[in-house]
Amino acid sequence: MSDTLLEISGLRGGYGAVEVLRGVDLDIASGEIVALLGSNGVGKTTLSSILTGLVSCWGGAIRFKGREIQKLSPRAIIDMGLIHVPEGRHIFPNLSVRENLELGSYRRGRANRAKNMEHVVSVFPRLSERFDQKAGTLSGGEQQMLAIGRGMMAEPELLILDEPSIGLSPLLVEEMFELITTLNGEGLTILLVEQNVLQSMEIANRAFVMENGAITLSGTSAELMDDPELQRSYLGLV
Amino acid sequence: MPDLAIIIPSVLNGLTTGALYALVALGLTLIYGVLHIINFAHGALLMLGLYAVYYLNTRFGLDPYVCLLIVPPAMFALGYALQRGIIGRAGHGRDENILLVTLGLSIVIENLALFFFKSDTRIIDTPYSFEVVQIIGAFVPEPKVFAFIGAFVTAGLLWALMSFTDLGRAIRALAKERKGATLVGINADHVYAMSFGLGIACLGVAACLLLPSYYVSPQVGQGFVLIAFTIVVLGGMGSFVGALIGGLFIGVVEALSGLFLGESLGQIGIFAIFIVVLIFRPTGLLGHKV
Repeated sequence: MSDTLLEISGLRGGYGAVEVLRGVDLDIASGEIVALLGSNGVGKTTLSSILTGLVSCWGGAIRFKGREIQKLSPRAIIDMGLIHVPEGRHIFPNLSVRENLELGSYRRGRANRAKNMEHVVSVFPRLSERFDQKAGTLSGGEQQMLAIGRGMMAEPELLILDEPSIGLSPLLVEEMFELITTLNGEGLTILLVEQNVLQSMEIANRAFVMENGAITLSGTSAELMDDPELQRSYLGLV
Repeated sequence: MPDLAIIIPSVLNGLTTGALYALVALGLTLIYGVLHIINFAHGALLMLGLYAVYYLNTRFGLDPYVCLLIVPPAMFALGYALQRGIIGRAGHGRDENILLVTLGLSIVIENLALFFFKSDTRIIDTPYSFEVVQIIGAFVPEPKVFAFIGAFVTAGLLWALMSFTDLGRAIRALAKERKGATLVGINADHVYAMSFGLGIACLGVAACLLLPSYYVSPQVGQGFVLIAFTIVVLGGMGSFVGALIGGLFIGVVEALSGLFLGESLGQIGIFAIFIVVLIFRPTGLLGHKV
């Protein structure tokens, strides 16, 4: 394994008295696309929320670039380059596309704002046609591109994409996954949190399957594709 | 029907008063638009600003317009501290708590003012208090002209801040999308407090512009705040332009209904218009549909 960028060990966490994550172990190496798969309600979004400091961690450790980050604030985590593109996009509907992107570099990447914006526009040319339009008026696919673009403005070292394909037409999902591959080709490490098992495994180097707050299967995409357990539960084969 | 020689001065008088109403309402609408709370302490804080100008003038001989350099920044700091230290903390994120906290603050501040400043109505004396400017044949007191200009300059500066700075973008972003804001690294508590501070700084500006042609007493804020609430609702909750237009509109309505119905009934016109507008446009003149 090449150098580890993110290492999660024994992570526990939840909301109120409800424990959602019951000891999660996961690791990501620089330059990889790692898919975190599982159906609704198994704790995928909780995991990404704990990674970025939105939800507090109950136990275990998260090491990013060799440093423990489970006690840091969302701002300190952003400063280190761990950027989260949330499920449901959470773009700023009342701001223009340009302003949404500008705020992507509110803390990190501010010095290169203009250059990074050019880059985002080159990856998502459709956004430039909508530059001065309010983000709330964009289509679902465009909003997802904006959310990813806003994340890229912060010069991420690890980009967490939480359900980027949700609510998109099959054609757009195809396009979105191609774009994710393109970004990864530029050297960006990506944690892809998805329910869309088959398509995610096609682009991911490795995958972790989550069930009931813990990782039940992991391995390279090729290994998992042949796993009878996965075939039965997720791919509807056999 | 009174002729133009009476109507024009009345309209001008209404516009100048309305600009100050607008400034008070601007602070209120900013706070409402971002924090989604109705700041019941707005009037009491305006009163504090007026006393600050009064004492800076009578004790240190500072001109009220020189006080623009001191009072608005001080009010900003006070507003920031109030939001961060008391309102945000005691509210626990529940709107009804925040409402009661600001109401409680206003009662405490007004009674402290009664205790320390006594209930006397006070005015200040400036060399230009009785100077007038001639505008299209009507005579308008100089301080009112300054107030009108000052209110628009302030509104312009606030607009530029909201449109062209990262702070302004962060304030607008936070108003609609808190989670997204947190994920780009916006510190919500800090930006909420900045918004509250800016809203209260507007009161500081209003106080400096107001005192040369007005008076101060511990209850002076109440009349303003009722009108400011009306303007905010009339203009559309959270709308900047709405607050400006609403302020000028209410100022003119008040002046004209004072002219036609008699001074003591002047405010009837405001609330009559208010009710009519809300019947036909429940979201206010420039408000968005929810």
